[in-house]
Amino acid sequence: MIDIKSLLVIAISAMLTENFVLSRFMGICPFLGVSKKTSTAVGMGMAVTFVMTLAGIATWLIQHYILVQFHLEYMKTIVFIFVIAALVQFVEMALQRFSPALYTALGIYLPLITTNCAVLGAVLLAIDTYNYNLIETIVFNMFAAIGFTIAIILLSGVRERLEEAKIPSFMQGLPIVMISAALISIAFLGFQGLSF
Amino acid sequence: MNSIITAIVAFGAIGLAIGIILSIAAKVFEVNTDPKIGEVLDNLPGANCGGCGFAGCSACAEAIVKGEASVNACPSIDESSLSRIASIMGTEAEKTRKLVACVMCSGSNDVTVKKYEFDGTKSCLEINALNNGDKMCNFACLGYGDCVEVCKFDAITLHNTLASVDKDKCASCGMCVSVCPRNIIKLIPYDSKVYVRCSSEDKGAAMKAKCSVGCIGCGICAKNCPEEAIMVIDNHAVINQEKCVGCGICVEKCPKKIIETA
Repeated sequence: MIDIKSLLVIAISAMLTENFVLSRFMGICPFLGVSKKTSTAVGMGMAVTFVMTLAGIATWLIQHYILVQFHLEYMKTIVFIFVIAALVQFVEMALQRFSPALYTALGIYLPLITTNCAVLGAVLLAIDTYNYNLIETIVFNMFAAIGFTIAIILLSGVRERLEEAKIPSFMQGLPIVMISAALISIAFLGFQGLSF
Repeated sequence: MNSIITAIVAFGAIGLAIGIILSIAAKVFEVNTDPKIGEVLDNLPGANCGGCGFAGCSACAEAIVKGEASVNACPSIDESSLSRIASIMGTEAEKTRKLVACVMCSGSNDVTVKKYEFDGTKSCLEINALNNGDKMCNFACLGYGDCVEVCKFDAITLHNTLASVDKDKCASCGMCVSVCPRNIIKLIPYDSKVYVRCSSEDKGAAMKAKCSVGCIGCGICAKNCPEEAIMVIDNHAVINQEKCVGCGICVEKCPKKIIETA
Protein backbone atom coordinates (compact mmCIF):
# COMPACT_ATOMS: atom_id res chain seq x y z
CA MET A 1 0.00 0.00 0.00
CA ILE A 2 1.38 3.38 -0.94
CA ASP A 3 1.52 5.60 2.07
CA ILE A 4 0.73 9.08 0.75
CA LYS A 5 1.65 10.81 3.97
CA SER A 6 5.13 9.32 4.19
CA LEU A 7 5.71 10.11 0.51
CA LEU A 8 4.72 13.72 1.18
CA VAL A 9 7.16 13.88 4.07
CA ILE A 10 9.92 12.48 1.87
CA ALA A 11 9.09 15.00 -0.87
CA ILE A 12 9.02 18.05 1.41
CA SER A 13 12.16 17.11 3.27
CA ALA A 14 14.08 16.32 0.07
CA MET A 15 12.95 19.56 -1.54
CA LEU A 16 13.11 22.07 1.31
CA THR A 17 14.37 21.00 4.74
CA GLU A 18 17.16 18.82 3.42
CA ASN A 19 17.71 20.80 0.21
CA PHE A 20 20.54 19.18 -1.69
CA VAL A 21 22.45 22.32 -2.47
CA LEU A 22 21.66 24.50 0.51
CA SER A 23 21.67 21.94 3.33
CA ARG A 24 23.70 19.02 2.07
CA PHE A 25 26.11 21.02 -0.10
CA MET A 26 25.93 18.65 -3.03
CA GLY A 27 25.94 19.82 -6.65
CA ILE A 28 27.72 23.07 -5.82
CA CYS A 29 29.59 23.02 -9.15
CA PRO A 30 26.58 23.58 -11.42
CA PHE A 31 24.98 25.70 -8.68
CA LEU A 32 27.78 28.25 -8.99
CA GLY A 33 28.75 27.49 -12.58
CA VAL A 34 25.53 27.91 -14.53
CA SER A 35 23.56 30.30 -12.34
CA LYS A 36 24.57 33.45 -14.21
CA LYS A 37 21.28 33.70 -16.07
CA THR A 38 17.84 32.45 -15.09
CA SER A 39 17.26 30.87 -18.49
CA THR A 40 20.33 28.63 -18.24
CA ALA A 41 19.53 27.91 -14.59
CA VAL A 42 16.10 26.64 -15.60
CA GLY A 43 17.70 24.47 -18.31
CA MET A 44 20.13 22.99 -15.82
CA GLY A 45 17.35 22.38 -13.29
CA MET A 46 15.26 20.58 -15.89
CA ALA A 47 18.17 18.40 -16.94
CA VAL A 48 18.99 17.49 -13.32
CA THR A 49 15.36 16.65 -12.55
CA PHE A 50 15.16 14.45 -15.61
CA VAL A 51 18.39 12.56 -15.00
CA MET A 52 18.02 12.24 -11.21
CA THR A 53 14.58 10.63 -11.49
CA LEU A 54 15.71 8.19 -14.16
CA ALA A 55 18.95 7.43 -12.33
CA GLY A 56 16.95 6.66 -9.18
CA ILE A 57 14.88 4.06 -11.00
CA ALA A 58 17.84 2.49 -12.81
CA THR A 59 20.13 2.26 -9.81
CA TRP A 60 17.39 0.94 -7.53
CA LEU A 61 16.73 -1.88 -9.98
CA ILE A 62 20.45 -2.63 -10.33
CA GLN A 63 20.95 -2.55 -6.56
CA HIS A 64 18.09 -4.92 -5.77
CA TYR A 65 18.20 -7.28 -8.72
CA ILE A 66 21.96 -7.54 -9.33
CA LEU A 67 24.13 -6.26 -6.50
CA VAL A 68 22.12 -7.67 -3.59
CA GLN A 69 21.64 -11.00 -5.36
CA PHE A 70 25.39 -11.49 -5.77
CA HIS A 71 26.37 -9.85 -2.44
CA LEU A 72 28.24 -7.08 -4.25
CA GLU A 73 26.82 -4.12 -2.30
CA TYR A 74 30.33 -2.81 -1.67
CA MET A 75 30.68 -2.17 -5.41
CA LYS A 76 27.69 0.13 -5.61
CA THR A 77 29.58 3.44 -5.87
CA ILE A 78 31.50 2.49 -8.98
CA VAL A 79 28.58 0.60 -10.53
CA PHE A 80 26.23 3.55 -9.95
CA ILE A 81 28.62 6.05 -11.51
CA PHE A 82 28.95 3.76 -14.46
CA VAL A 83 25.21 3.21 -14.80
CA ILE A 84 24.39 6.91 -14.47
CA ALA A 85 26.93 7.82 -17.15
CA ALA A 86 25.56 5.19 -19.51
CA LEU A 87 21.99 6.20 -18.74
CA VAL A 88 22.67 9.84 -19.60
CA GLN A 89 24.27 8.76 -22.87
CA PHE A 90 21.25 6.63 -23.69
CA VAL A 91 18.76 9.33 -22.76
CA GLU A 92 20.67 11.86 -24.84
CA MET A 93 20.54 9.67 -27.92
CA ALA A 94 16.86 8.89 -27.44
CA LEU A 95 16.01 12.54 -26.91
CA GLN A 96 17.90 13.63 -30.01
CA ARG A 97 15.90 11.15 -32.02
CA PHE A 98 12.44 11.55 -30.56
CA SER A 99 12.31 15.01 -29.07
CA PRO A 100 14.79 17.38 -30.72
CA ALA A 101 13.02 20.31 -29.08
CA LEU A 102 13.68 19.02 -25.56
CA TYR A 103 17.18 17.99 -26.65
CA THR A 104 18.06 21.51 -27.73
CA ALA A 105 16.37 22.95 -24.64
CA LEU A 106 18.52 20.84 -22.31
CA GLY A 107 21.53 21.32 -24.57
CA ILE A 108 24.94 20.97 -23.01
CA TYR A 109 23.54 20.52 -19.49
CA LEU A 110 22.46 16.95 -20.06
CA PRO A 111 25.98 15.51 -20.56
CA LEU A 112 27.35 17.93 -17.98
CA ILE A 113 25.44 16.38 -15.11
CA THR A 114 26.71 12.86 -15.80
CA THR A 115 29.30 13.26 -13.10
CA ASN A 116 27.34 15.61 -10.86
CA CYS A 117 27.72 14.57 -7.24
CA ALA A 118 24.11 15.53 -6.50
CA VAL A 119 22.88 12.73 -8.77
CA LEU A 120 25.16 10.11 -7.24
CA GLY A 121 24.47 11.48 -3.77
CA ALA A 122 20.72 11.22 -4.25
CA VAL A 123 20.77 7.60 -5.38
CA LEU A 124 23.23 6.57 -2.66
CA LEU A 125 21.17 8.29 0.03
CA ALA A 126 17.92 6.77 -1.20
CA ILE A 127 19.26 3.25 -1.55
CA ASP A 128 21.92 3.09 1.12
CA THR A 129 21.15 5.46 3.96
CA TYR A 130 17.35 5.56 3.88
CA ASN A 131 16.73 2.16 2.32
CA TYR A 132 13.69 3.40 0.38
CA ASN A 133 11.52 1.20 -1.81
CA LEU A 134 11.19 1.97 -5.55
CA ILE A 135 8.29 4.44 -5.26
CA GLU A 136 9.93 6.27 -2.37
CA THR A 137 13.23 6.40 -4.29
CA ILE A 138 11.52 7.97 -7.31
CA VAL A 139 9.73 10.56 -5.15
CA PHE A 140 12.87 11.32 -3.15
CA ASN A 141 15.05 11.78 -6.24
CA MET A 142 12.52 13.81 -8.13
CA PHE A 143 11.88 16.25 -5.31
CA ALA A 144 15.55 16.47 -4.42
CA ALA A 145 16.12 17.59 -8.01
CA ILE A 146 13.22 20.05 -7.82
CA GLY A 147 14.85 21.41 -4.67
CA PHE A 148 18.08 21.80 -6.65
CA THR A 149 16.15 23.64 -9.37
CA ILE A 150 14.58 26.00 -6.82
CA ALA A 151 17.98 26.76 -5.30
CA ILE A 152 19.71 27.42 -8.63
CA ILE A 153 16.87 29.63 -9.91
CA LEU A 154 16.91 31.63 -6.66
CA LEU A 155 20.66 32.17 -6.94
CA SER A 156 20.43 33.11 -10.61
CA GLY A 157 17.82 35.73 -9.73
CA VAL A 158 20.15 37.17 -7.11
CA ARG A 159 23.08 37.12 -9.55
CA GLU A 160 21.11 38.93 -12.22
CA ARG A 161 20.42 41.70 -9.72
CA LEU A 162 24.06 41.69 -8.63
CA GLU A 163 25.11 42.41 -12.22
CA GLU A 164 23.79 45.91 -11.83
CA ALA A 165 24.77 46.45 -8.23
CA LYS A 166 27.82 48.36 -7.15
CA ILE A 167 30.06 45.76 -5.54
CA PRO A 168 33.41 46.58 -3.95
CA SER A 169 36.12 45.39 -6.32
CA PHE A 170 37.55 42.80 -3.92
CA MET A 171 34.12 41.17 -3.69
CA GLN A 172 33.35 41.09 -7.41
CA GLY A 173 32.82 37.76 -9.12
CA LEU A 174 32.73 34.56 -7.12
CA PRO A 175 33.15 36.02 -3.59
CA ILE A 176 29.85 37.90 -3.67
CA VAL A 177 28.15 34.85 -5.22
CA MET A 178 29.45 32.68 -2.38
CA ILE A 179 28.07 35.14 0.15
CA SER A 180 24.71 35.29 -1.63
CA ALA A 181 24.56 31.50 -1.71
CA ALA A 182 25.37 31.37 1.98
CA LEU A 183 22.59 33.83 2.77
CA ILE A 184 20.09 31.78 0.76
CA SER A 185 21.33 28.72 2.63
CA ILE A 186 20.73 30.42 5.98
CA ALA A 187 17.24 31.40 4.80
CA PHE A 188 16.56 27.76 4.01
CA LEU A 189 17.47 26.85 7.59
CA GLY A 190 14.03 28.24 8.40
CA PHE A 191 12.48 25.13 6.87
CA GLN A 192 14.13 23.04 9.58
CA GLY A 193 11.26 24.08 11.81
CA LEU A 194 8.77 22.14 9.67
CA SER A 195 7.55 19.10 11.54
CA PHE A 196 5.05 16.48 10.60
CA MET B 1 38.94 -15.29 -4.03
CA ASN B 2 35.42 -16.22 -5.04
CA SER B 3 34.08 -12.77 -4.27
CA ILE B 4 36.70 -11.14 -6.48
CA ILE B 5 35.68 -13.34 -9.37
CA THR B 6 31.99 -12.62 -8.77
CA ALA B 7 32.74 -8.91 -8.69
CA ILE B 8 34.76 -9.03 -11.90
CA VAL B 9 32.18 -11.14 -13.69
CA ALA B 10 29.23 -9.04 -12.49
CA PHE B 11 30.87 -5.71 -13.31
CA GLY B 12 32.07 -7.07 -16.64
CA ALA B 13 28.57 -8.33 -17.43
CA ILE B 14 27.00 -4.98 -16.55
CA GLY B 15 29.61 -3.21 -18.66
CA LEU B 16 29.06 -5.54 -21.58
CA ALA B 17 25.28 -5.22 -21.35
CA ILE B 18 25.47 -1.42 -21.22
CA GLY B 19 27.96 -1.37 -24.09
CA ILE B 20 25.71 -3.50 -26.25
CA ILE B 21 22.61 -1.47 -25.36
CA LEU B 22 24.39 1.80 -26.13
CA SER B 23 25.77 0.59 -29.45
CA ILE B 24 22.35 -0.68 -30.50
CA ALA B 25 20.79 2.58 -29.33
CA ALA B 26 23.33 4.55 -31.32
CA LYS B 27 22.24 2.69 -34.45
CA VAL B 28 18.52 2.82 -33.71
CA PHE B 29 18.44 6.45 -32.66
CA GLU B 30 20.84 7.61 -35.33
CA VAL B 31 20.05 11.11 -36.51
CA ASN B 32 21.10 11.78 -40.04
CA THR B 33 22.86 15.10 -40.01
CA ASP B 34 23.28 16.48 -43.48
CA PRO B 35 26.98 16.47 -44.50
CA LYS B 36 26.18 19.61 -46.49
CA ILE B 37 25.90 21.59 -43.23
CA GLY B 38 29.59 21.07 -42.54
CA GLU B 39 30.56 21.94 -46.12
CA VAL B 40 28.52 25.14 -46.09
CA LEU B 41 29.93 26.06 -42.68
CA ASP B 42 33.47 25.71 -44.03
CA ASN B 43 32.70 28.37 -46.63
CA LEU B 44 31.14 30.87 -44.23
CA PRO B 45 33.45 33.52 -42.74
CA GLY B 46 33.29 32.06 -39.23
CA ALA B 47 33.16 35.44 -37.54
CA ASN B 48 29.83 34.58 -35.85
CA CYS B 49 28.87 38.23 -36.27
CA GLY B 50 25.14 37.49 -36.33
CA GLY B 51 24.54 39.74 -39.32
CA CYS B 52 22.47 37.01 -40.98
CA GLY B 53 20.00 37.01 -38.11
CA PHE B 54 20.92 33.51 -36.90
CA ALA B 55 22.77 32.64 -33.70
CA GLY B 56 26.07 32.19 -35.51
CA CYS B 57 27.73 30.74 -38.58
CA SER B 58 26.78 27.13 -37.75
CA ALA B 59 23.13 28.05 -37.21
CA CYS B 60 23.22 29.96 -40.50
CA ALA B 61 24.73 26.96 -42.31
CA GLU B 62 21.99 24.72 -40.92
CA ALA B 63 19.31 27.16 -42.05
CA ILE B 64 20.83 27.39 -45.54
CA VAL B 65 20.91 23.61 -45.93
CA LYS B 66 17.36 23.24 -44.60
CA GLY B 67 16.22 25.89 -47.07
CA GLU B 68 15.11 28.26 -44.33
CA ALA B 69 17.60 30.84 -45.54
CA SER B 70 18.77 31.67 -49.02
CA VAL B 71 22.31 30.75 -50.07
CA ASN B 72 23.37 34.37 -49.77
CA ALA B 73 21.97 34.77 -46.27
CA CYS B 74 25.41 35.76 -45.04
CA PRO B 75 25.96 39.49 -45.56
CA SER B 76 29.70 39.25 -44.94
CA ILE B 77 30.58 36.61 -47.50
CA ASP B 78 32.95 37.07 -50.43
CA GLU B 79 32.07 36.12 -54.01
CA SER B 80 34.08 32.91 -54.32
CA SER B 81 32.77 31.42 -51.06
CA LEU B 82 29.26 32.36 -52.09
CA SER B 83 29.56 30.55 -55.40
CA ARG B 84 31.01 27.50 -53.61
CA ILE B 85 28.02 27.44 -51.23
CA ALA B 86 25.69 27.83 -54.18
CA SER B 87 27.30 24.85 -55.91
CA ILE B 88 27.03 22.76 -52.72
CA MET B 89 23.34 23.57 -52.60
CA GLY B 90 22.99 23.08 -56.34
CA THR B 91 21.58 26.53 -57.02
CA GLU B 92 22.79 29.72 -58.59
CA ALA B 93 23.78 32.48 -56.23
CA GLU B 94 21.59 35.48 -56.77
CA LYS B 95 23.57 38.55 -57.51
CA THR B 96 23.05 40.97 -54.71
CA ARG B 97 24.38 44.44 -54.34
CA LYS B 98 27.15 44.40 -51.81
CA LEU B 99 26.44 46.79 -48.99
CA VAL B 100 28.83 48.67 -46.76
CA ALA B 101 28.25 50.56 -43.55
CA CYS B 102 28.66 54.31 -43.68
CA VAL B 103 28.68 56.76 -40.79
CA MET B 104 26.25 59.47 -41.89
CA CYS B 105 28.03 62.33 -40.13
CA SER B 106 31.07 64.41 -40.94
CA GLY B 107 31.13 66.30 -37.67
CA SER B 108 34.58 65.80 -36.28
CA ASN B 109 35.70 67.73 -33.20
CA ASP B 110 36.99 70.80 -35.07
CA VAL B 111 33.75 71.51 -36.96
CA THR B 112 31.08 70.78 -34.37
CA VAL B 113 30.14 72.82 -31.33
CA LYS B 114 30.31 71.02 -28.01
CA LYS B 115 27.69 71.17 -25.28
CA TYR B 116 30.06 70.15 -22.54
CA GLU B 117 33.39 68.49 -21.91
CA PHE B 118 33.12 64.93 -20.75
CA ASP B 119 35.84 63.13 -18.83
CA GLY B 120 34.07 59.93 -17.86
CA THR B 121 33.76 56.54 -19.45
CA LYS B 122 34.48 56.55 -23.14
CA SER B 123 31.24 55.04 -24.33
CA CYS B 124 28.83 56.52 -26.87
CA LEU B 125 25.91 54.83 -25.15
CA GLU B 126 26.58 56.50 -21.80
CA ILE B 127 27.36 59.91 -23.24
CA ASN B 128 24.23 59.75 -25.38
CA ALA B 129 22.24 59.18 -22.19
CA LEU B 130 23.76 62.31 -20.68
CA ASN B 131 21.77 65.22 -22.10
CA ASN B 132 21.79 63.71 -25.60
CA GLY B 133 25.54 63.61 -25.99
CA ASP B 134 28.35 66.14 -25.74
CA LYS B 135 27.95 67.61 -29.23
CA MET B 136 25.36 70.31 -29.86
CA CYS B 137 23.96 68.42 -32.84
CA ASN B 138 21.72 65.57 -31.72
CA PHE B 139 22.53 63.64 -34.88
CA ALA B 140 26.31 63.88 -34.66
CA CYS B 141 28.71 61.00 -34.33
CA LEU B 142 29.78 61.02 -30.68
CA GLY B 143 33.10 59.49 -31.58
CA TYR B 144 33.72 57.34 -28.51
CA GLY B 145 33.93 54.21 -30.60
CA ASP B 146 31.14 51.84 -29.57
CA CYS B 147 31.06 50.81 -33.21
CA VAL B 148 34.84 50.35 -33.34
CA GLU B 149 34.62 47.94 -30.43
CA VAL B 150 31.77 45.90 -31.84
CA CYS B 151 33.28 45.58 -35.34
CA LYS B 152 34.73 42.12 -35.80
CA PHE B 153 36.50 43.07 -39.02
CA ASP B 154 38.49 46.11 -37.78
CA ALA B 155 36.82 48.19 -40.45
CA ILE B 156 35.98 51.25 -38.34
CA THR B 157 38.48 53.85 -37.20
CA LEU B 158 38.16 57.04 -35.20
CA HIS B 159 39.65 60.29 -36.42
CA ASN B 160 39.16 63.34 -34.25
CA THR B 161 36.00 61.89 -32.61
CA LEU B 162 34.46 60.87 -35.89
CA ALA B 163 34.04 57.26 -36.86
CA SER B 164 34.58 56.26 -40.45
CA VAL B 165 34.28 52.91 -42.16
CA ASP B 166 36.90 51.35 -44.40
CA LYS B 167 34.57 50.08 -47.08
CA ASP B 168 36.93 47.37 -48.31
CA LYS B 169 37.21 45.85 -44.86
CA CYS B 170 33.51 46.23 -44.07
CA ALA B 171 31.57 42.99 -44.28
CA SER B 172 28.19 44.72 -43.87
CA CYS B 173 27.23 42.53 -40.92
CA GLY B 174 25.28 45.41 -39.43
CA MET B 175 26.66 45.15 -35.89
CA CYS B 176 27.69 48.81 -35.85
CA VAL B 177 24.30 49.85 -37.23
CA SER B 178 22.53 48.28 -34.28
CA VAL B 179 25.02 49.38 -31.62
CA CYS B 180 25.14 53.08 -32.57
CA PRO B 181 22.98 54.96 -30.04
CA ARG B 182 22.49 57.78 -32.55
CA ASN B 183 21.28 55.54 -35.39
CA ILE B 184 23.50 57.36 -37.85
CA ILE B 185 25.29 54.35 -39.33
CA LYS B 186 23.52 53.19 -42.46
CA LEU B 187 24.15 50.40 -44.94
CA ILE B 188 24.62 51.80 -48.42
CA PRO B 189 25.51 50.03 -51.69
CA TYR B 190 29.24 49.39 -52.05
CA ASP B 191 29.27 51.05 -55.46
CA SER B 192 27.50 54.23 -54.30
CA LYS B 193 29.04 57.10 -56.21
CA VAL B 194 28.03 59.97 -53.97
CA TYR B 195 26.53 60.14 -50.50
CA VAL B 196 25.52 62.77 -47.98
CA ARG B 197 27.42 62.33 -44.76
CA CYS B 198 24.90 64.04 -42.51
CA SER B 199 21.67 62.88 -40.89
CA SER B 200 20.64 66.03 -39.05
CA GLU B 201 16.92 66.67 -38.83
CA ASP B 202 17.46 70.22 -37.59
CA LYS B 203 16.36 73.16 -39.73
CA GLY B 204 19.03 75.04 -41.66
CA ALA B 205 19.46 78.02 -39.33
CA ALA B 206 19.69 75.84 -36.23
CA MET B 207 22.11 73.55 -37.98
CA LYS B 208 24.48 76.35 -38.95
CA ALA B 209 24.94 77.26 -35.30
CA LYS B 210 25.84 73.71 -34.32
CA CYS B 211 28.08 72.39 -37.02
CA SER B 212 29.87 73.88 -39.99
CA VAL B 213 29.52 70.74 -42.10
CA GLY B 214 25.86 69.95 -41.41
CA CYS B 215 23.29 69.66 -44.18
CA ILE B 216 21.03 72.70 -44.01
CA GLY B 217 18.40 71.17 -46.24
CA CYS B 218 18.65 73.98 -48.81
CA GLY B 219 17.71 71.63 -51.63
CA ILE B 220 20.19 73.03 -54.15
CA CYS B 221 21.43 69.50 -54.84
CA ALA B 222 17.89 68.25 -55.37
CA LYS B 223 17.09 71.07 -57.81
CA ASN B 224 20.26 70.55 -59.82
CA CYS B 225 20.21 66.77 -60.01
CA PRO B 226 19.48 65.79 -63.62
CA GLU B 227 18.24 62.35 -62.58
CA GLU B 228 16.01 63.60 -59.76
CA ALA B 229 17.78 61.22 -57.46
CA ILE B 230 18.03 63.56 -54.48
CA MET B 231 15.26 64.45 -52.08
CA VAL B 232 15.34 66.55 -48.94
CA ILE B 233 13.81 64.42 -46.20
CA ASP B 234 13.70 65.60 -42.58
CA ASN B 235 15.84 68.64 -43.42
CA HIS B 236 18.72 66.73 -44.96
CA ALA B 237 19.44 65.52 -48.45
CA VAL B 238 18.99 61.83 -49.18
CA ILE B 239 20.34 60.27 -52.34
CA ASN B 240 18.41 57.50 -54.04
CA GLN B 241 21.26 55.21 -55.03
CA GLU B 242 19.08 53.39 -57.58
CA LYS B 243 18.71 56.54 -59.67
CA CYS B 244 22.09 58.13 -59.05
CA VAL B 245 24.44 58.03 -62.04
CA GLY B 246 27.37 59.68 -60.31
CA CYS B 247 27.53 62.80 -62.47
CA GLY B 248 28.93 64.83 -59.57
CA ILE B 249 26.85 67.97 -60.11
CA CYS B 250 25.51 67.85 -56.52
CA VAL B 251 29.04 67.57 -55.13
CA GLU B 252 29.93 70.73 -56.95
CA LYS B 253 26.78 72.67 -56.10
CA CYS B 254 26.54 71.83 -52.39
CA PRO B 255 27.22 75.05 -50.46
CA LYS B 256 28.39 73.09 -47.43
CA LYS B 257 30.52 70.66 -49.40
CA ILE B 258 29.20 67.70 -47.49
CA ILE B 259 28.23 65.51 -50.42
CA GLU B 260 31.15 63.17 -50.85
CA THR B 261 32.27 61.13 -53.79
CA ALA B 262 33.24 57.60 -53.01
